Amino acid sequence: MQVVKVLDCKGKCCPEPILDIKNALKELNSGDIVELLATDKGSVNDMASWAKRTGNTIVEQKEDGGVFTFYVKKK
Amino acid sequence: MSEEKPRRIAIIALNGSLDQAYPPLILASTAVAMDMEAAIFFSFYGLDIIKKNACLKVSPIGNAAAPPPFPSIPIGVPNIMGMLPGMTSVATMMMKSWMNKAGVASYEKLLEACMKSGVRMIGYQMTMDVMSVKKEDLIDGIEIGGASTFLDYACDADITLAF
Repeated sequence: MQVVKVLDCKGKCCPEPILDIKNALKELNSGDIVELLATDKGSVNDMASWAKRTGNTIVEQKEDGGVFTFYVKKK
Repeated sequence: MSEEKPRRIAIIALNGSLDQAYPPLILASTAVAMDMEAAIFFSFYGLDIIKKNACLKVSPIGNAAAPPPFPSIPIGVPNIMGMLPGMTSVATMMMKSWMNKAGVASYEKLLEACMKSGVRMIGYQMTMDVMSVKKEDLIDGIEIGGASTFLDYACDADITLAF
């Protein structure tokens, strides 16, 4: 998996990770993958809802020591 | 979902205290990030949110759910103390420091996110007249409209909320 951009949203709260990922995708091409790091526990549900609504895909996600990592593929 | 007509949210912001400025700004900016259309209709005290050099505050009076100022002492500020001069500023400072500690974006930042992302920001003309607020008192990029402006937008909205 080739990540074209890493978005560090650690320490940020709702709704900033969602606003940030939206802005980040604007500059990218369809199929590009962004790695988003977040510590907001709500981001797990929020990212899923956001992906469902926008049609972008979370291809993989993991949690390590309170840091959630999402790999988002632009539609 | 891009082929379909975008979903739409229409919001009325009636209040201008610091805590109550957040829900409309959060939901509108997030809606646009979710490929929805969003508009906020600012009415009465809600106009304070979009004033130039706005300095929103939170009142320590009459809020039974206000958390105690010192977590180790589980006593809220009695209303009679909240009435003392300067207490609104103290409560505002505390609220801002709690939010900052939790990593919550400032309302100014969320307001900017709304403006930049294309949320329609509408000041309600009638309440501007009542509250003596002129268009030039508001930040740049605010539309001015009336009840039918909002209703025209809200008629095609999937979600309508008032705060």
